[in-house]
Amino acid sequence: MARSITTKQKAINTAVIWVLGLVMFFPIFWLIILSFKTESDAIMAPMEVLMSGWTMESYDAVNRRSDYFKFFSNSVIIALGSTFLGLLIAVPAAWAMAFVPGKRTKDILLWMLSTKMLPPVGVLIPIYLLFRDTGLLDTRIGLVFVLMMINLPIIVWMLYTYFKEIPVDILEAARMDGASLGKEVLYVLTPMALPGLASTMLLNIILAWNEAFWTLNLTSAKAAPLTAFIASYSSPEGLFYAKLSAASVMAIAPILIMGWFSQKQLVRGLTFGAVK
Amino acid sequence: MQPKKTITTALIAAFGFVTAQSAYAEDITIATVNNADMITMQELAPEWEKATGNKIEWVVLEENILRQRTTTDIATGSGSFDIMFIGAYETPIWGAKGWLTPLDDFADDKDYDLEDVFPLVRNGLSANGSLYALPLYSETSFTFYRTDLFEKAGIEVPTEQITYTEFAEMAAKLHDPENGVYGTCQRGKAGWGENMAFVGTVANAFGAKWFDMDWKPQLDSPEWNAAITYYVDLMKKSGPPGSSANGHNENRALFKDGKCATWVDATSAAGDVRNPETSSVADKTEFFKAPKQVTDKGTGWFWSWALAIPKSSQKVDTAKDFLKWATSKEYFAKVGEAKGWVAVPSGTRKSVEEDARRLEAAPFAKTVVDAILSVDPADSTRDETPYTGVQFVAIPEFQGIGNYVGQQVAAALAGTSSVEDALEKSQAFATRTMEKAGYIK
Repeated sequence: MARSITTKQKAINTAVIWVLGLVMFFPIFWLIILSFKTESDAIMAPMEVLMSGWTMESYDAVNRRSDYFKFFSNSVIIALGSTFLGLLIAVPAAWAMAFVPGKRTKDILLWMLSTKMLPPVGVLIPIYLLFRDTGLLDTRIGLVFVLMMINLPIIVWMLYTYFKEIPVDILEAARMDGASLGKEVLYVLTPMALPGLASTMLLNIILAWNEAFWTLNLTSAKAAPLTAFIASYSSPEGLFYAKLSAASVMAIAPILIMGWFSQKQLVRGLTFGAVK
Repeated sequence: MQPKKTITTALIAAFGFVTAQSAYAEDITIATVNNADMITMQELAPEWEKATGNKIEWVVLEENILRQRTTTDIATGSGSFDIMFIGAYETPIWGAKGWLTPLDDFADDKDYDLEDVFPLVRNGLSANGSLYALPLYSETSFTFYRTDLFEKAGIEVPTEQITYTEFAEMAAKLHDPENGVYGTCQRGKAGWGENMAFVGTVANAFGAKWFDMDWKPQLDSPEWNAAITYYVDLMKKSGPPGSSANGHNENRALFKDGKCATWVDATSAAGDVRNPETSSVADKTEFFKAPKQVTDKGTGWFWSWALAIPKSSQKVDTAKDFLKWATSKEYFAKVGEAKGWVAVPSGTRKSVEEDARRLEAAPFAKTVVDAILSVDPADSTRDETPYTGVQFVAIPEFQGIGNYVGQQVAAALAGTSSVEDALEKSQAFATRTMEKAGYIK
C-alpha cells in the first residue's frame, strides 16, 4: 500500500535534502578552510579567503603552544566513562520501566526528562561547592559523574523506547526455559536491543564530547578536555580566527570521524521503532 | 680510594640537592587570557621553572569564560588557581572583599622596586590602602591617525586636545568610502568592555555621569543624550558600514589594513599598529590625545591587566616568587631581547618606558606614558560622583548595567531603536539594579 513517488518528486526530495545537508555542513567546511589560512587572510571577505594561499602555520602554532593529547585523552576518558557508567545504570532502569511498569512509570520518565529543562547555570554554585568539598574539582572522575547524571535521562528514555519494541513474550519464553534475570537481560534482551544500545551509546559519546558548560566550569589544568582547548584560542585582542579554527578542527575531528563511520548504526538506532 | 670517595660525595650532594629542590618545588596553576603578552610570558616562563624547580600549569581561556571561571572559583574559595590574570575592574572589588592576597610586602623588596611602577597603576590595583595585584601592562585611550590622509586632506595635526565637535568635522573631511577609507572607526560591539569603554569616555567628555551622589542612575540626563546622539551621528556620517558589529579587534584589523583615517582606542594597540610586520600603516600612523567636549576629565580611559593571588591559594610563597619574576624590570628586558622592545608590555614601569632601547624601538612610548599619566580614575567626571573608574564604575553591579546599556547603545547605532528609547530603557534597568542591590532605598 506504499504511496508511489514520481521520479520528479524524488528528484525534488533529493535536491532539498542535499541543500539542507550542505547548509548544515557549511560552518564545518568554512572552519576547515579558515584553519589552513594565515590570520590576516582569515578575516578577509569570503571570496578573498578562498583565493588566498594555503598554510599549515595555525596547526603548527597550536601544536607548539598546547599539549593536544592531554586534552584529547581527557575528552576520551570523560566521554566514554560517562557513557558506560550511564548505560550501566540505565539498562536495568529502562528494563524495569519497559517490562515491569508501575502505576507511576510514565510520571517518573517525565520527571526525569524535566531535569533537562533546568538551565545548568542555576545549579552551578551548589555543584561547584559539592565538588570543592569532596575534592572532585578538576578531576576526570568528577566530570564522568556529572556528565553521566546530565545524560542519564536521555539514555533511559532512548533505551525505554527501544525496549518497548521488544515483544515481552520472547523474554517470557526465556524465563520459561529457566533463564535467570541476569541471563535474560544479557543473552536475550541485549542482542535484540543492540542497534538501540549502539545508537544510545554513540549519541551519548557525542553529547559528552561536545559538552562545554560543566567541562569548562569544573576543570582547570588537569582534567580539562578539548572544549577547554578550543576556549584557549579565542583572544580579547589581535587576530585569532585561523588558530581558533585549527584548534576547533583538531577538537571535532575524532568525533566527526567516529560519527561518519557509525552513521548507519546511529540512524538505524534513532529511527528504530519510528514505523509501526 | 680518593676518586671513589669524591664520586660518592658528589652523588650524595647531587641527591641532596635534588631532594631539597623537589621538597620545595611546587606546581602552581595560572589562569589567564590568550593575548600576546601572556603568550610571551608562557614562552619565557620555563626559565623561572628551571631556576626554581617549580612547575606551572597554564589555564588559558577566552576572556568571558575566564571571568566566569575565576569569579566562581574565588567567590567559593575553591583554590583551583594560584595566580589569576585579572583587570583593573575586578582587582579593587575582589581586594575589598578579602578574596585576594595583599601584596604590600613587595614595597619592602628593594630588588623589585615597586616605586618604579606608576602610582596611578598601583592605585588602580589597590583597595583600602593595600595593593592586590601587580601590573603587566596598562593602557589609556588616545587617537590613532593617518599622517598621509591628514596631509592629503590639508588638515592640520592638533597640538592641543581638540573637542569632539572638531573631531567630527575632521572625520567628515577624511571620509572617503569610495576609496575604501572611512573617516573614523570606533567600537560598536555591545559590552561593558567593548563599546562602553569608548562611549563611557565620550559621555564623560560631554559632562555625563553614571550615578549622582545618592547612587541614582543618570542615564536619562541631557548630557547622556547629547553624548549618544553625537556618537551615533559620528558613526553614521563617517564610520564604516555595520559598525555596531565592530569591537576592538575588528577596528584594529581595519586600521592596520588602511581602512580608517582615525581611531580612538587603547594605547596598548600602538605597538602592533606601528609594527611593519603586522601593519600596512606602520609608518603612516601617529597619535594625539582623545578629544574633550565640555570637560577634559575622563576623556581617556584607564585599564590595566595584572596578576593577583587568590586568598584560597595554598602556595602563596611560590606564587609570589613567580609574580616577582614576571613583573620585574628584568622580565621586561627579557621580553625586549626576545620579542623586540616595541613588543614590551607598556605603561607600567617608569624605568622601562625611559629605557633608551625602548625609546628607539617605540618612539611613541612617551606619548603613551603622557596619556596614561594624565588619567585620574578618582576624578573622571565634570560633576562630583561617589565612584571611581573612568570607563567603568568600580562596583560589582556595573558589569550587568554596563552590558545592558552597551546593548541599547548598539541598538541605537544599528538603527533598531532611537537614542531616547535606548537611554530610557537603560535608565530603567540601572535603577532596578541599583534598587535591588540596596544602593537606592
